[in-house]
Amino acid sequence: MLKTLLSVSGGHVLFVARCFSGEVICGVNKLAGLSPPLSTEASLYVHWPYCLRRCSYCNFNKYIPRSDNQDVMSECLQRETETLLRLSQVSRVTSVFFGGGTPSLARPSTIAAILETVARHVALSEDAEITLEVNPTPIGSSKLQDFFHAGVNRFSIGVQSLCDEDLKVLGRDHNSKHAVETVAEARGLCPGKVSVDIMFGRPSQGVASWELELEELLSLCDDHISLYQLTLERGTQLFSQVQTRQLSMPSDDITALMYETARKILQKRSYIQYEVSNFARNGAISQHNMSYWNSSQYIGVGPGAHGRFTPHGEGVCREARTQTLEPDVWVREVQLRGHGTRRRIPLGHLGLLEEVLVMGLRLIDGITHQHWQLFSPGADLHHILTSSAEFRDLQQKELLILDNRGLRCSWKGLAYLDCLLPTLLLQLESHINQEQEQARNTPRETTL
Amino acid sequence: MKRAPIYCTHNTNNMFSTQTDKENFDMSKFPVERIRNFSIIAHIDHGKSTLADRLLEMTGAISKTEKNRQVLDKLQVERERGITVKAQTASLFYQYQGETYLLNLIDTPGHVDFSYEVSRSISACQGVLLIVDANQGIQAQTVANFYLAFEAQLTIIPVINKIDLKNADPERVENQIEKVFDIPKEECIRISAKLGTNVEQVLLEVVKRLPPPSFNRAAPFRALVFDSNFDHYRGVVANVALFGGCLSKGDRIVSAYLGKSYEVNELGLLRPDEHPTEKLFAGQVGYVIAGMKEVKEAQIGDTLYHQKHPVEALPGFKPAKAMVFAGMYPMDQSDYSILRSAVEKLTLNDSSVTVQRDSSMALGAGWRLGFLGLLHMEVFNQRLEQEYNASVIVTAPTVPYKAILSSPRLIKEHGREEITIVNPAQFPDRTLVREYLEPMVTGTIITPDEYVGKIMSVCLNRRAVQKNMIYIDDRRVMMKYLFPLNEIVVDFYDHLKSMSSGYASFDYEDAGYQAADVVKMDILLNGKPVEELTTIVHKDRAYSAGKAMCERLQDAIPRQMFEIAVQAAIGNKVIARETIKAYKKNVLAKCYGGDITRKMKLLKKQAEGKKKMRYIGTVQVPKDAFINVLKRKDK
Repeated sequence: MLKTLLSVSGGHVLFVARCFSGEVICGVNKLAGLSPPLSTEASLYVHWPYCLRRCSYCNFNKYIPRSDNQDVMSECLQRETETLLRLSQVSRVTSVFFGGGTPSLARPSTIAAILETVARHVALSEDAEITLEVNPTPIGSSKLQDFFHAGVNRFSIGVQSLCDEDLKVLGRDHNSKHAVETVAEARGLCPGKVSVDIMFGRPSQGVASWELELEELLSLCDDHISLYQLTLERGTQLFSQVQTRQLSMPSDDITALMYETARKILQKRSYIQYEVSNFARNGAISQHNMSYWNSSQYIGVGPGAHGRFTPHGEGVCREARTQTLEPDVWVREVQLRGHGTRRRIPLGHLGLLEEVLVMGLRLIDGITHQHWQLFSPGADLHHILTSSAEFRDLQQKELLILDNRGLRCSWKGLAYLDCLLPTLLLQLESHINQEQEQARNTPRETTL
Repeated sequence: MKRAPIYCTHNTNNMFSTQTDKENFDMSKFPVERIRNFSIIAHIDHGKSTLADRLLEMTGAISKTEKNRQVLDKLQVERERGITVKAQTASLFYQYQGETYLLNLIDTPGHVDFSYEVSRSISACQGVLLIVDANQGIQAQTVANFYLAFEAQLTIIPVINKIDLKNADPERVENQIEKVFDIPKEECIRISAKLGTNVEQVLLEVVKRLPPPSFNRAAPFRALVFDSNFDHYRGVVANVALFGGCLSKGDRIVSAYLGKSYEVNELGLLRPDEHPTEKLFAGQVGYVIAGMKEVKEAQIGDTLYHQKHPVEALPGFKPAKAMVFAGMYPMDQSDYSILRSAVEKLTLNDSSVTVQRDSSMALGAGWRLGFLGLLHMEVFNQRLEQEYNASVIVTAPTVPYKAILSSPRLIKEHGREEITIVNPAQFPDRTLVREYLEPMVTGTIITPDEYVGKIMSVCLNRRAVQKNMIYIDDRRVMMKYLFPLNEIVVDFYDHLKSMSSGYASFDYEDAGYQAADVVKMDILLNGKPVEELTTIVHKDRAYSAGKAMCERLQDAIPRQMFEIAVQAAIGNKVIARETIKAYKKNVLAKCYGGDITRKMKLLKKQAEGKKKMRYIGTVQVPKDAFINVLKRKDK
């Protein structure tokens, strides 16, 4: 413990001092969360909140712009990027992701300006992954080259479906022809670094047609596919259409079969499933998204964007941060106060470990012992989990694997992950509580 | 024949002051000849409490103000439901032919669930006022109440109330009374308690028609305890009727039941508030405080006598017999002790509730409470919630079955051949039993005749046997059925009401036990029995009850990673089954940086919920599922 304490940078002497002055237990428990691995780097997410229209299934934070405010938004995104980079005191940004909304509606110059802002403040290496989400409309595709020149080196294209009828039902503003063209153009610009999003479990969709559609997609796509099940969200147009029985959703059993089928087809075509919804061949995994599943630091800029990082200027432990949701309010705040952070929640030791567990198990490789140790130097996974009979039962049922590599889901277990997590979270919580109990019962001298 | 109204002066203030004056009454001035003890009995809402208010006002016991609304109904639930739960008593002074009479109004509960309390009250009386609504006519509880009074050989004065109502038809009601109760219609008094019309005549007739109590002041002191209350500061307040002799402050008295002796600290009249006096004499009714610490020391039906002059105890009352049982559990186990003290306080004043500690693996620690009937149970629950702000889970009511044992071993174990089964877990196997018995009731239904067909078919479905059916007038029918109690405890009354647009009334009385083909039904989850869902059902009803239970469970238990068979079984035989299909997939499709917060919140909530799961084998059953299946359906 003492070693970890001393390893933190000079900025934390204050905390150490306070530690000695009496808040020993609290200090020790926060310690592991205090200085998460690689706090000197982070990935960056930039949120463009606007869309041209509202998709029938989407309840995401996005707005139909009332007026042209590209300049103001661009300015504020840069300013906030600057603010948060400074606050995080990172020296390197490992990847940037422009998401939305529809970030391909932003001007390429805006993208360029933000990337320049990043590069001005921290190291942003040549080969850092810079992804832009693209809506495959004709307007969007004509700009791809400009985006590429602005610094984007990976495109994530929201194809969603190759069935025009379904695209209409989903309220998308493109058709399959546009999608095919956009993918082709993007592949021309960034070969091997184009991802397509495809959605299953769409209204009235069947398993057989899904297989055909997937095969068709494979014939035109690049090395990365994200596969999402359409989830019915309250408050969407689709939700009310299903409620009023204008549309019907495939049953849980059917969507489970669709998922299973897709996993098998993609595997056969040498796309490796590296995460619940993500498949890559030729090693084309998304570096940026990996940072979420690896619980690395990330900075979120833009209305409603989330971040997870240690704000060295203002605190000592990692925080879950959220930016103000409404674009107009966010812009005003950034203009007036220089930042648009609305909520900061410090992540305690347990909170951080919970996220490491939940996010890490989405990966096909799960959580390695080395990875876990970065966050939990005191207790390894064997130590924490094997005392639980329920965990052993899940092992026995071959849903979870814990071996000398680490903890991960089996092929079958991955599809049941959300059933497995509550058991693991409860076990983790009770272990941490026990640890704290013991620490409390140990005389102070020994702790220090 | 229409009687001319007779007016007389009732200037009681000359001799006796209103309640504000604390002057001591000289009770010796009231010999039995000038005492009348009476009750008012009526169907719910026929105006009993309003009449009581008028009588109290007219005799100066309470002042005449707008605020006198059902003075004798002290409980919130009584005022809300228009029923009387706890009997109250008031002594009235009334001038008749130059003499002051002491009229003791002993209020009774309005529902036969409380027939035990009614019987306590009326055994201290010589007569009753039987109130019938001039609009609604005789209702089921009117009949039940009539028979209680009739069997106690009391003088009955029929009073037709609410004659001011637009649709009042007192003549029709008089004919009903003559037909059903065999009381000449000329004896009915038509009144409006609300407006005070003819209420004076009621007092007059009480004096004229009711016999005085036939007790001797010179005999040794002997008193019947007909009610008791618990007061936190003074202990037990016993309501007594003096069947002989006299009682003074400072006397040493003995409880015949317990043999314990007490010194009388205070005694007096109820007007209806306590009004201390020096003495009470034979035939009079009042209260006694004598250092009793628990209501158990003032058992209803017990006899009190002077320590120096032991007497034979009065014939006791039938002890309260619980006919409906229900489990009661705190919504949250941390509220257990709060609920326990609330239950204790309520049972302090209601000795007819039986309390047995019980615990359920699913619902935690709680109680199995026995009630006199359904209304009694509802009133108890409502009081718990209103007066003690307690949040409780109440399970569906059950009835006490009996078994006549054949196994010599079991007979030896129990020390008798006939055992009562309250908890399905104690249900002895068929092979060890000669026969099972189930409690029966005689149900009285009074309904407009257009609903007769529907009601008869519902009764048939509930295994009821019709005893008789008469027209009480040209439109209304009274039917008597022998019901298995189990068939009416859950929703019969509501069903009857909705089927008859609210016009049919229902009441029931105990009709002993009858042999019945009852079986124990288990509920299995993947073959493992769920203890708390075991029920005793009639064989003919097992399939429908089992199926309903399986269906409710199927809805209430969330899908899991494996298939779950929900089965109802009798012995080894499965009689109903539903299947909860396995999850084939359960994983959030998208989980990136912006999704973590929401996802974590959801997972933490699930993890918290998991802590409260009950495991039946490997099947996780949320507490809510048990609550949904076990609890009484909301009305």
